[in-house]
Amino acid sequence: MSHSLIFAVLIVLTLIGYYFGRSQATGILRSGTTGKLHSLPFYHGAYLAFMVLLPAMGFIITWLVISPMLADHFMAQYIPGAATMDAATLGLKMSDVRNMANGGITSGAVDEATQIAADFYSRFNQISLWLLSVCSIAVAIASFHFGRKLIALRFRARNHVEKIVRVIMIVASMIAILTTLGIVLSLIFETLRFLQKVPLADFLFGLKWSPQTAMRPGQIGSSGAFGMLPLLAGTFLITLIAMSVAVPLGLYAAIYMSEYATPRIRGIAKPVLEVLAGIPTVVYGFFAALTVAPMLRDLGVELGWVISAESALAAGLVMGVMIIPFVSSLSDDVINSVPQTLRDGAYALGATKSETIKQVILPAALPGIVGSVLLAISRAVGETMIVVMAAGLAANLTANPFEAVTTVTVQIVTLLVGDQEFDSAKTLAAFALGLVLFVITLGLNVIALYVVRRYREQYD
Amino acid sequence: MTDMTMPKTEGLAVSSQAYRKRIKKRYAAERRFRAYGIAAIAVAVAFLIGLLGTITAKGAPAFLQTNITLNIFFDPEKIDTENLNGVNFQAMARNALYDMFPEVTERREKRQLGQLISVAADQQLREMVRADPSLIGQRKDVQLLAGDDLDLVVKGTYDLSQPEAERPVSDVQVAWIDKLQAQGHLARGIAWPFLTTGDSREPEMAGIWGAVMGSLLTLSVTLAVSFPIGVLAAVYLQEFATKNRWNDLIEVNINNLAAVPSIVFGLLGLAVFLNFFGMPRSAPLVGGLVLALMTLPTIIIATRAALAAVPPSIREAALGVGASELQVVTHHVVPLAMPGILTGTIIGLAQALGETAPLLMIGMVAFIVDVPANFTDPATVLPVQIYLWADSPERAFEARTSAAIMVLIGFLILMNAIAVVLRRRFERRW
Repeated sequence: MSHSLIFAVLIVLTLIGYYFGRSQATGILRSGTTGKLHSLPFYHGAYLAFMVLLPAMGFIITWLVISPMLADHFMAQYIPGAATMDAATLGLKMSDVRNMANGGITSGAVDEATQIAADFYSRFNQISLWLLSVCSIAVAIASFHFGRKLIALRFRARNHVEKIVRVIMIVASMIAILTTLGIVLSLIFETLRFLQKVPLADFLFGLKWSPQTAMRPGQIGSSGAFGMLPLLAGTFLITLIAMSVAVPLGLYAAIYMSEYATPRIRGIAKPVLEVLAGIPTVVYGFFAALTVAPMLRDLGVELGWVISAESALAAGLVMGVMIIPFVSSLSDDVINSVPQTLRDGAYALGATKSETIKQVILPAALPGIVGSVLLAISRAVGETMIVVMAAGLAANLTANPFEAVTTVTVQIVTLLVGDQEFDSAKTLAAFALGLVLFVITLGLNVIALYVVRRYREQYD
Repeated sequence: MTDMTMPKTEGLAVSSQAYRKRIKKRYAAERRFRAYGIAAIAVAVAFLIGLLGTITAKGAPAFLQTNITLNIFFDPEKIDTENLNGVNFQAMARNALYDMFPEVTERREKRQLGQLISVAADQQLREMVRADPSLIGQRKDVQLLAGDDLDLVVKGTYDLSQPEAERPVSDVQVAWIDKLQAQGHLARGIAWPFLTTGDSREPEMAGIWGAVMGSLLTLSVTLAVSFPIGVLAAVYLQEFATKNRWNDLIEVNINNLAAVPSIVFGLLGLAVFLNFFGMPRSAPLVGGLVLALMTLPTIIIATRAALAAVPPSIREAALGVGASELQVVTHHVVPLAMPGILTGTIIGLAQALGETAPLLMIGMVAFIVDVPANFTDPATVLPVQIYLWADSPERAFEARTSAAIMVLIGFLILMNAIAVVLRRRFERRW
């Protein structure tokens, strides 16, 4: 019996529970008792359905968490010398056994002990699955019988159902917190393991990034330098280029759309800018790598500059265009919320439209605009695909936009795509970089919110 | 009221020379400022047109392919009906081509000539024989898939004015292709392999169907997880939650999650779903879960906005006739807010469809030939397929990449159009 079959049976039982509960309740009405049913038959049915589903689901989830742990624990006893092995070797052995039990490939030759352990492991899992199916269905039927007896004229089924639904809603809204918690914990946990291998100061202040750790002892050409400064420098160089495109263009577009454009032009220009935000970043990356970068290189040849094929400039320019809508739509909202009285006042003093904008509206809207620019920077720092495809891998510590640089996100991708060893400094470094990225973007967002709240002018 | 008199300096008089000069300058500044605004929008629009134009121009040819008509002799001596998989149909096709160019005798040239047929010919002929064994022993004109170099020469993608060493096709090959074309052996058809198969190392056989299926499976997991959770969470926060510290924390959290870089969600998926829970790598199930966590804030924020737009009078009326709090919400508020909720969900899914980076982290970047049929099959998705093809050195993949982008953007336009229609047709103004 497979897991999906268990779920299918459970769903059928739930439906049976619902219809049974409903008909039971209507049956009470028909049997000629005097008085009114407290809850509608629907709620009796729903109550019984929950009674069937929820305990069994809880049971299954607990089982699915505990059973693999037990399986591993008992299986380890079949591995000779498990008590004396260090954790990494034991882990490797155990994954060998697991692979073998699942009919996969093992590393190295198969010995007798592994075979025995694998046999035990697959037998254990089989028995576990059988027990799970029998027990979960037993739980469902038992709670069904318990719930069935409760159905009566005065039973407050609706109140119970509403309480359950409310708990489900609270659980759903806590998923957001769990996600954040999951992100923070997994990043911190893996980063701590990384810091056991590479000292914190080397990581934070090192000037060399070259994550080539040795796969086997004594390998030639391996150099494990994990200094993240070149990556940060590259990230900020590209972000700077992107913002020097996105801020002027986005701001002028927002000013034009909110102050000058007729409703018709606004109705066309605004959606067009939003289309820029809707295009997948991988498309921008392709365009940057295949069209913009060669164009820039040819231009460089004309002008006598050396622009590398994977320059920071190409990635930055394209990223800048991608970010225009983030700047423009937020700034647009802010400019629109500046009260009309301020404009009228400026006009009354004889200011032209552009003078009004520059001297009255922009200062009034400044906190909001700064906030939107900060949010756009956090976008640019976290953007991945454009830089992966157009910015290259060489960790140069340079401020020259014509050279290839690499960014934090590019390195996370290159470290984690392809074959990876668990536990190597290389794999763990990706999580450390992820933590850096998370902290930077979170910081920018918090500052942006703070700026908007703290310096917002209140007009009334 | 005041005794202040305006100083009668020359410059302030409305008719003075200096005044006119100044006002001219100010108006010029005004016009410049305005022009900057127009220019900014024009640059953005020009970029958009350039982007879409380039991709369409590059990608459109990939929807067509060149077929080569060959007179194949299904030699009964060479076809072992018991073991069709062992028969070298490729050689059969090559021989038919050699027969058309009897002047080619040198081995190296013969190999070049053979490259004009796709290696897919082997499979095509085998399927034909399998479907109709009576072909054996006959001679028949058969349309076979042409090799990618021939295809690109016919489509004019290669710059033939370049020196021979710098392009992938040699002069003799071009001459043969011209001859084949002149004799009418080449025909254009819709590139069915591109639309119906999975990935392949050979550009002319590589298709996007595998990636489309992967995207569909992944998005259905995303929808199944993020829609109910998102709506339940939003209903709770908007309709039931009292203002307290805990609920504030949830709100701040959701807003922050919306701004977390997508790649960080990928790291979460790798650490939690793959390493901790031991879920399968490259599976749409895991990809869908990661994207669901990413889409959740979008759906929650959109749903809350839709719920907030339902006027309180509806709630009060329902409460007035004796509905419970939950009944008010499920019978009245949520159904009325549904168009807005669905619009937000579709926009969230469209974002998820275009997302690449987090899926790279959980191994959906493998080279996968088989079309996935299950949530745990190894799969890839459209944007990742684009990323993979963009990295391929063969020139023919450039057109395929652009064509895949066109398909992806087509899906995105479709989803956004549905959202717009939903909003226009069903959204109420109160």
